Amino acid sequence: MSRKLLERLQQEFGTAILRTADQHGDAVIWVAPKDATVVLRHLRDREQCELLLDVAGVDYPERAKRFEVNYLLRSLARAHRVRVKIDVAEGEAVESATPLWRCADWHEREVFDLLGVPFRGHPDLRRILCHHEFEGHALRKDYPIEQGQPCVSTEKLFGDHEIEQASRRSEGVAAAGDESGLPSDLLTVNIGPSHPATHGALRVEVLLDGETVVRARSEIGYLHRCFEKEAEDHTWHEVMPYTDRLNYCSALLNNAIWAHSVEKLLGVQITPRCRAIRVIVSELARLTDHLVCLAANLVDIGALTNYWYLYNVREGIYQIFDKLCGSRLTTNYARIGGMSHDLYPGFAEETLFHLGRLDEAIRDVTGLVARNRIFLDRTVGVGAISREEALSWGYTGPCLRATGLAYDVRRFAPYFGYEEYDFDIPVGEHGDTYDRIMVRFEEMKQSARIIRQALRKLPEGPVNIDDPRVILPPKESVYGSIEGMMNQFKLIYEGIQVPAGEAYGFGEGGNGELGFFCVSNGTGRPWRVKVRPPCFPIFSSYSRLIEGGMIPDAIAILGSLNIIAGELDR
Amino acid sequence: MAVDLEAPSGFLTTRLRQAINWGRKYSLWPLPFGTACCAIEFMSTVSSYNDLSRFGAELVRFSPRQSDLLIVAGTISYKQAPILKTIYSQMAEPKWVIAMGVCASSGGFYNNYSTLQGIDRIIPVDFYVAGCPPTPENLLHGLVMLQEKVAREGLVPATERHARRAQA
Repeated sequence: MSRKLLERLQQEFGTAILRTADQHGDAVIWVAPKDATVVLRHLRDREQCELLLDVAGVDYPERAKRFEVNYLLRSLARAHRVRVKIDVAEGEAVESATPLWRCADWHEREVFDLLGVPFRGHPDLRRILCHHEFEGHALRKDYPIEQGQPCVSTEKLFGDHEIEQASRRSEGVAAAGDESGLPSDLLTVNIGPSHPATHGALRVEVLLDGETVVRARSEIGYLHRCFEKEAEDHTWHEVMPYTDRLNYCSALLNNAIWAHSVEKLLGVQITPRCRAIRVIVSELARLTDHLVCLAANLVDIGALTNYWYLYNVREGIYQIFDKLCGSRLTTNYARIGGMSHDLYPGFAEETLFHLGRLDEAIRDVTGLVARNRIFLDRTVGVGAISREEALSWGYTGPCLRATGLAYDVRRFAPYFGYEEYDFDIPVGEHGDTYDRIMVRFEEMKQSARIIRQALRKLPEGPVNIDDPRVILPPKESVYGSIEGMMNQFKLIYEGIQVPAGEAYGFGEGGNGELGFFCVSNGTGRPWRVKVRPPCFPIFSSYSRLIEGGMIPDAIAILGSLNIIAGELDR
Repeated sequence: MAVDLEAPSGFLTTRLRQAINWGRKYSLWPLPFGTACCAIEFMSTVSSYNDLSRFGAELVRFSPRQSDLLIVAGTISYKQAPILKTIYSQMAEPKWVIAMGVCASSGGFYNNYSTLQGIDRIIPVDFYVAGCPPTPENLLHGLVMLQEKVAREGLVPATERHARRAQA
């Protein structure tokens, strides 16, 4: 499929396309910085690439043009997966894609912050993950990972001039009319970065007229833990525990998708049993993700009882995880080429028991809220976003489905054998807070349905592939033979030798499409890993969603977007 | 307080200190400074199954001015550090700090350019709870240990207490 697209593009642009390739079904094209906007616009308008998934920068210090900027595009209508590559030298600018996709704003800021690639025409090119006092660019290969830079102050997000402008607009006073010399009477309020309703470390500065939000600007990076730099500093399988802490509400999903991405690059096929186990644990993780999101969202809008009902089920699932992986939250269960170990005896019975309790909890909670007048007043029509706008902001997952678009990676590009299961993709209609909440309730029922099917037809057989280059040898062999010991030693110290190349592995995470863009230079450590965090583009639209609404609406909207700081800031 | 409770002046003073500390240890008002994974386990600790209120510390306050126990749950980045310091200094005496999880205690396995290598570099810590993240039982254990410490303590403000300890 990607070959036809590449041919069409070459006909259209001729020599402007410097090079093309097909990598694991992704159409990859190289263009010069000056042609980038034209090609990207063509892809959006003519090839229906409505979604800009991510912008990933890679540093190759030995090359003349040191940086490579990748635009990851996706067409939902035509199922294209496209990557546009632009090579730039130090200081050379790339034309910004912000006029084409609104989510390009934050993605490009991130590349600027971490690699120092400037974007011409970008409206607000500031740092985003590192603090404003930071010097240098952290993801460059010559920046030492341990070189911390303390920060002593907090950045003001609105300048005095902007506050004044917003104030005038809010009062409807002509710019030259007000000569009273009185200070602006808009109130500047910080929500976060330590605030119970932000569920983590986010900060939003709002300008208030009474209780109405006139303008808002959000700031992230308070939980930047350098996942991508850490990944370059560890072997491929040592990255696994770091993935736990991306979206810590559904660590098993991150584990499985990380393993899936590296397996794609390695070109290995996992066993049928492993695929089924990954489906089961992924769906259990999706349940915990949605349960935390819904419980917290409901408690934020005053429905406390529901929090206990939903949390009790989640506690039950955590006890399963604890038995399965030895840890409740940070599971570290998947392995490249398999799983850490098989399911424990009695896993199926316990899971089915807790799924029964889940059904009960969903019934109880939807019974309490679905037609509750206060709940409806707080959520219906609040923070609504249209389908087109959601796509431009890079929405995926439940937030996109709430707008009525049935895009789910499990259907779009099935992995782990999701095509063998019978499940529906629930969609909303209005893209508002109510729809986002209800879509999650329905998705939990579908996840439970998938788990029940998977448990019924769980195939027998080995969990791990039989490949000593990837999988650690059994302990008897390590302690009983020199080959086993050498094998263990090589895999632990040097890591899995992943062939040089690139792959973008992706799956349906708790909040939407979670992807890992992995670049290998043929050694045991990744050269570059770029996470495509689903809530990053979603949160970039938050200011737009809350402007014009009231403060309590802002809280209800934030909860329904399900922003997880670990994944947002990485 | 009008009376100098620290002076060794007799029976009543000692008993008063004990009475006050007994009250304090069973009515800690925690401020969860939750930033990451540990905050999720803090939520589990507050929920029905583990129930923090059994130990008298269920009155979670989100204003530093109303709380006396700061539970730092999660990784503190350099960007977050000035905010944590401000929140701590806004708390009234007497106040205590629990560093929940390895990130807050030492930076954990995030030894990198963005992560503060332990909150004790910027604020004094009374109790460290190990784990990544600690289980709810582990946090409850930390709280009980802190209660014992509260019971042993004099009525000296935390800042002074830590200054003395630093001298010794």
